[in-house]
Amino acid sequence: MAEINIKQVAKRFGKTDALHSIDLTVEDQEFVVLLGASGCGKTTLLRIVAGLETASSGEVHIGGRRVDHLPPKDRGIAMVFQNYAVFPHLTVYENIAFGLRMAKLDEKEIDNRVNRTASLMHIDALLKRYSGQLSGGQRQRVAVARALATEPEVILMDEPLSNLDALLRMEMRAELKGILAQSKTTTIYVTHDQVEAMSMADRIAIMEAGKIIQADTPVEIYRNPAAHFVGSFIGNPPMNFLPAKKMDSSTWQVAGASYHGPASDKSEIQFAIRPEDLIVDANGPLQATVKLVEPLGSHLLASCNVENTLFRVALDSDAQVKAGDTLSLQPMSDRVRWFDTETKLALQ
Amino acid sequence: MSTAPNMVVGQSKAARWSFNIAVILLCLWVLVPIYLLISNALSAPADVNGFPKKLLPSVNTESVEFFIGFYGVTKALWSSVQVAFLTMVMAVLIGAPAGYALSRFDFRGKSLFRIMILMTRAFPLPLLALPMAIMFIKVGLDDTVFGLAIVHTTLALPFAVLITYSLFSGIPIELEEAAWTLGCNRLQAFIKVIFPLVLPGITASAIFAFVTSWNEVFAAAVLTIENRTLPAFLLQSLDDAPLHLKFAGGAVLVLPALLFLFFVRKYLFSMWGIANR
Amino acid sequence: MQSRSLPYLLLLPATVFLVCFFLYPFVLVAWQAFATDEGEITGKYFNKMVSHWKFEKALYYTLALALVVVPVQLVLSLMMASFVSSMKKGRDLILYIWTIPLGISDLAAGIIWLAIFDQTGFLNSVLYSTGIVDEPVTFLGYQNKGTIFIAVALAEIWRATAIMLVILVAGIGLIPKEYYEAAQVYGANSWQRFTKITLPLLKPSLQTALILRVILAFEVFAVVSALGGTNLPVLMGEVYNRQFVLQDNHTAAAFAMLILFISIISTVFFMWALRTPKGVKA
Repeated sequence: MAEINIKQVAKRFGKTDALHSIDLTVEDQEFVVLLGASGCGKTTLLRIVAGLETASSGEVHIGGRRVDHLPPKDRGIAMVFQNYAVFPHLTVYENIAFGLRMAKLDEKEIDNRVNRTASLMHIDALLKRYSGQLSGGQRQRVAVARALATEPEVILMDEPLSNLDALLRMEMRAELKGILAQSKTTTIYVTHDQVEAMSMADRIAIMEAGKIIQADTPVEIYRNPAAHFVGSFIGNPPMNFLPAKKMDSSTWQVAGASYHGPASDKSEIQFAIRPEDLIVDANGPLQATVKLVEPLGSHLLASCNVENTLFRVALDSDAQVKAGDTLSLQPMSDRVRWFDTETKLALQ
Repeated sequence: MSTAPNMVVGQSKAARWSFNIAVILLCLWVLVPIYLLISNALSAPADVNGFPKKLLPSVNTESVEFFIGFYGVTKALWSSVQVAFLTMVMAVLIGAPAGYALSRFDFRGKSLFRIMILMTRAFPLPLLALPMAIMFIKVGLDDTVFGLAIVHTTLALPFAVLITYSLFSGIPIELEEAAWTLGCNRLQAFIKVIFPLVLPGITASAIFAFVTSWNEVFAAAVLTIENRTLPAFLLQSLDDAPLHLKFAGGAVLVLPALLFLFFVRKYLFSMWGIANR
Repeated sequence: MQSRSLPYLLLLPATVFLVCFFLYPFVLVAWQAFATDEGEITGKYFNKMVSHWKFEKALYYTLALALVVVPVQLVLSLMMASFVSSMKKGRDLILYIWTIPLGISDLAAGIIWLAIFDQTGFLNSVLYSTGIVDEPVTFLGYQNKGTIFIAVALAEIWRATAIMLVILVAGIGLIPKEYYEAAQVYGANSWQRFTKITLPLLKPSLQTALILRVILAFEVFAVVSALGGTNLPVLMGEVYNRQFVLQDNHTAAAFAMLILFISIISTVFFMWALRTPKGVKA
């Protein structure tokens, strides 16, 4: 049982706040992804859990034990680094055995575990090699094997796939997900790649400027962003936003048409819709002038202008659209979301 | 380090030839004087003092034997080795921890320390021998191997700090962190991961410290009388010693340094280059 | 895993060492130059230094040597560095050969050039054998200060160009190749690439190389001793004479202060003259 509890963890570097009082609980065997742009504090948070960085305040508990005062070696964690950190002076075998030797396991057990994890990661044939003789993908596998071999309660991963090329990344993504689910470890995984996050995570914690904005399942985060930032960050392309003016208690005027929306005392809020949630319909209320058309194969992306705001529409790849056309669009009513203009939070 | 503007495209044959000739001339400019010294050292004393000189040595060890047998030479050689060895040990033992601290930590006073290290560059360090002579008399270190080694360490230490700093900086901190997450404490991680990786570089910087001390003349001449090092000995015999003694002595001074440099040549640029930025 | 006291602990030995054997001695030597043994502040040691008949000559030769040697070394090392960086084959060997003098002490360099310039040396041998002279020339006699000066300058150029070369080669190594390719695409020839890309981006390295080299030039001593004995007075030689031969610590310290002073002046000059504008980085 290794649940991770992060309680009011804050980190200041000099005068800047890298983390503002973070609270996060990762359930036993859960796979949580910390997702955010670079500099949002996700790596700092991971390193605080690992013990590589000291929090300015707050507590970290792993498996019910408070660990924030302990060095990394006493926290029952293993970590996979972005640049793999495979020791260049040791063979693959010795790299995987490193943590086991530190734990003073007997030679037979070490040999067993090294061989087992090596075959799990498909690097049996590389055991005698040095890191300089490995490709990036192979080094990645060694780094994961080295972490798994110690049979940790918690695995921490800091952008482990970001140095791989696109195809390899996709392959490793699926493989890692399977292996980590099988090993039943609790995992915190840091990435800036939303596809990676969506595909691997049980739960995603979206971070911005040292805060967790939303922590939820991938589908929930995609469908129901808790804040404007989440909608504009998740999805490629992200959500479209348009200003909505109040007409009466829960009726809002958006680009000349009126919609039923949330009850709010604000005079202006924001209307949001994903590009794929728009239907081309001659009677549609939204008039969009096409500026640019990008055929992407699976669909066609039209960048349009609605009331001087960039507005993207995902169309069928066979759609006959060209720059200068005007599209009449019908938003799918159950997919429309609303955000407060000032607090940037979602409105129900 | 392939940085050059591409000289080959569109380059004429004449340009290539003059380039090659210039390179060869510059090589000769460096090598010929050394050849002449060694040729002198390997000639019989009569040839060394004779005129005109032959360009090929008679290959005869008389001059070298005379030098080695000369009163005070073996003692001076031994002093040189002792001083250089002590300097090497002190420079690395004191310098490497500082280099590690500079590469791995951010702390108050870091820039102050760096300024102090860089300041040593702007000062003519051999002049330290003057006040040290007086200090050493007070504490009984005057005319000792250890006293001179202290002054030589001051010369070698800033380099040792900067070189080890760049060596440690060249090792990703993630390697150390990985070791920590795999069950090492700081010391264990250093011994098991960092030390094996920096060892060749540390050896090279130690050799540099050794050569620095081995070659130093001024402080050695000012600070020692009985325990003169080889350069100090040679300096003081410049006026009265016969030519073949000077040349044999010069050759003995040059050869170990050349040998050492050959072994550290791989590190020459990373060390001097980075350490001097 | 960040222990607050650890970095200080690691720096402690080096700091203590440098304070005791670098900072403190410099205070001490300044004190010696300005105060008598009884602790009385005085300018008499400087008077003594300035009024000595060798003072002006020593200052003149020291500065003249630096002025002749350093520019030649600058041009030579820049040339060698750009040669090396445009080489593909044999680069390592050539670099090793060109940097050999790094390991040679100034005294040994002096002795090496003594083998050439001595009355029975190789230069005389060649001149005599080819019939240019009828009898060996005394290049290094007291009446030939000019040839001693040339011999010392050559020995210094020979010995100490390598240190500049190494700094410059390392500096050129930091300049991305793409800049040269871009310049080439826009039509710069190799000389223009050198003056418009290499030189400006090499400024920090040039600065370090020049500061280091000029200070070493002001310390010139053993080469002069080997080649000219006391016939060519230089400042460092005077320090040595005062301290070691005449046992006059105070005047030696005054000379030391003078060397320190011109060293600092030149350092400040190069820091100003070759300063890199903020935000410009190679």
